[in-house]
Amino acid sequence: MNDFELPNFALALPEMFLLGMTCLVLIVDLFLNEKNRVFTYLLAQLTLLGAVVITYYQAGIVSEISFTGSFIRDEMGDILKIFIYIITAVVFLYSRDYLRDRQQFKGEFYALGLFGVLGMMIMVSAHSFLTIYLGLELLSLSLYTMVALNRDSEASAEAAMKYFVLGAIASGMLLYGMSMIYGATGSLDIAEIGSYINENGISEDGKINIVLSFGLVFIVVGLAFKLGAVPFHMWVPDIYEGAQTPVTLYLGAAPKLAAFAMIMRILVEGMQPLVADWQMMLTALAVLSLAVGNIIAIAQTNMKRMLAYSTISHVGFLLLGIIAGNEDGYSASMFYVLIYALTSIGAFGMIILLSRSGFEADKLEDFKGLNERSRWYAFMMLLIMFSMAGVPPTVGFFAKLWVIKAVLDVDMAWLAISAVLFSVIGAYYYIRIIKLMYFDKAVDKAPIKAAVDMQFVISTNGLLMLVLGLFPGALVAVCQSVIN
Amino acid sequence: MITLSDYLIVSAILFCLSLAGIFLNRKNVIILLMSIELMLLSVNINFVAFSAFMGDIAGQVFVFFILTVAAAEAAIGLAILVVLYRSKQSINVDDMDSMKG
Repeated sequence: MNDFELPNFALALPEMFLLGMTCLVLIVDLFLNEKNRVFTYLLAQLTLLGAVVITYYQAGIVSEISFTGSFIRDEMGDILKIFIYIITAVVFLYSRDYLRDRQQFKGEFYALGLFGVLGMMIMVSAHSFLTIYLGLELLSLSLYTMVALNRDSEASAEAAMKYFVLGAIASGMLLYGMSMIYGATGSLDIAEIGSYINENGISEDGKINIVLSFGLVFIVVGLAFKLGAVPFHMWVPDIYEGAQTPVTLYLGAAPKLAAFAMIMRILVEGMQPLVADWQMMLTALAVLSLAVGNIIAIAQTNMKRMLAYSTISHVGFLLLGIIAGNEDGYSASMFYVLIYALTSIGAFGMIILLSRSGFEADKLEDFKGLNERSRWYAFMMLLIMFSMAGVPPTVGFFAKLWVIKAVLDVDMAWLAISAVLFSVIGAYYYIRIIKLMYFDKAVDKAPIKAAVDMQFVISTNGLLMLVLGLFPGALVAVCQSVIN
Repeated sequence: MITLSDYLIVSAILFCLSLAGIFLNRKNVIILLMSIELMLLSVNINFVAFSAFMGDIAGQVFVFFILTVAAAEAAIGLAILVVLYRSKQSINVDDMDSMKG
């Protein structure tokens, strides 16, 4: 019988702080009337700020494991968490005026958003299958509800139902895989699974345990569903289009960081010895995602739907770095996902900026002649679109370059070539938006109004694409040091 | 004597049934929710069987968590269903096709 060991609660301080504050947000919101709802918003921002401070002061080089092996605090987790807080704070800021204009400025959006952040933090810090599953479900359940939050919209309800059903299938697949791995290795702890597979997973004639490979297939399918990689992508466009723009903004950015962490924990830390097997599966997913995402996006007329297909193609790139199967590849992949999250909040932020009460700027033609209406915002959108397409000197170019280089270094030239080919195809639909903004006549001549803080943050967001592209060194160094 | 593989076969059959229920069903959304529950329960059988045959308690603890989460998930699923019915006046799977592209 094991002795009961008191866990090191201090390790989970950011999670506990966030949980306490989220409950506070829920309760405080009850006592506020419509006019004072802005306090809920401020409290939510304060919570995220506090979490940044706590995580920053707690960060250290040594990784620590506690709660009988189910929780880990390490450098990669700290960086991902800090990015999750910042991105969520920006999402809250972008969506504030949008929600207020549509009488949707409710405390639930912030409470659910913060619970989702808690789920992501648990996913990032998980060190056993149980914590990964619980974090994932906390995030998913919050997201299902957020998609359905706009109760009067038929599209939102339909999107929420589709998301719910497909998300539940994904969780089921993942769990089935986990149960198989548990059966084969006798443990739920990722470190123990890793060492078991290392010793007994592969027999002397190079065959892997059949139960283990069976479980691995289901886990990869579950992860692919959650990431939205082809052929498990069918939910992505419908949910992006059906959900309200602030919710799309939320679910398109930060959860990708958590999904990256989940892949790192399960496939890389837990199943590194099986790299040859999951590499093969991920390669198929990556190539299909790049092809389908980039080609179908061309045919879209709805901006949100187009960005959904662009997400699918970016997931392909994210997988490329992991396929490389070495530290350089993982760092490249982490850099890619951080940059992708920053770029995508910029793109959805622009849709929010151009929308106003009773008008949704989610069609491609709504971007026509943006240059006539505002030179500055057209320039910001240009930077964001160039970054998504990977045009130098924006940071998207550098992120793609690093991932492709990592794949080339492991002699998978055909994969690198197909990635480049599909990015070239993809560049067409990003640059089409720039053509619409600069060379077409504006249909809608209404002035663009936004609060000062929104103007400031969206400008920073756009300029960051350029600044990080010119000086990527610091972020690259961070990504390299946390993976090693 | 019931062996471990018998349990695994039962759970695999239940898992396949639930997947078939989700993908073949073209009528009622409630059947989808039932299939999802069945899927989670088949995973539970797997966990309990492995746990009992290996003498390791962790798998059974996991099952308690899955049951709890499944209950929360069912509650949210039904809530979304109510919202869907209010706006569409139908819970037919075939009617959920307003978005295309």
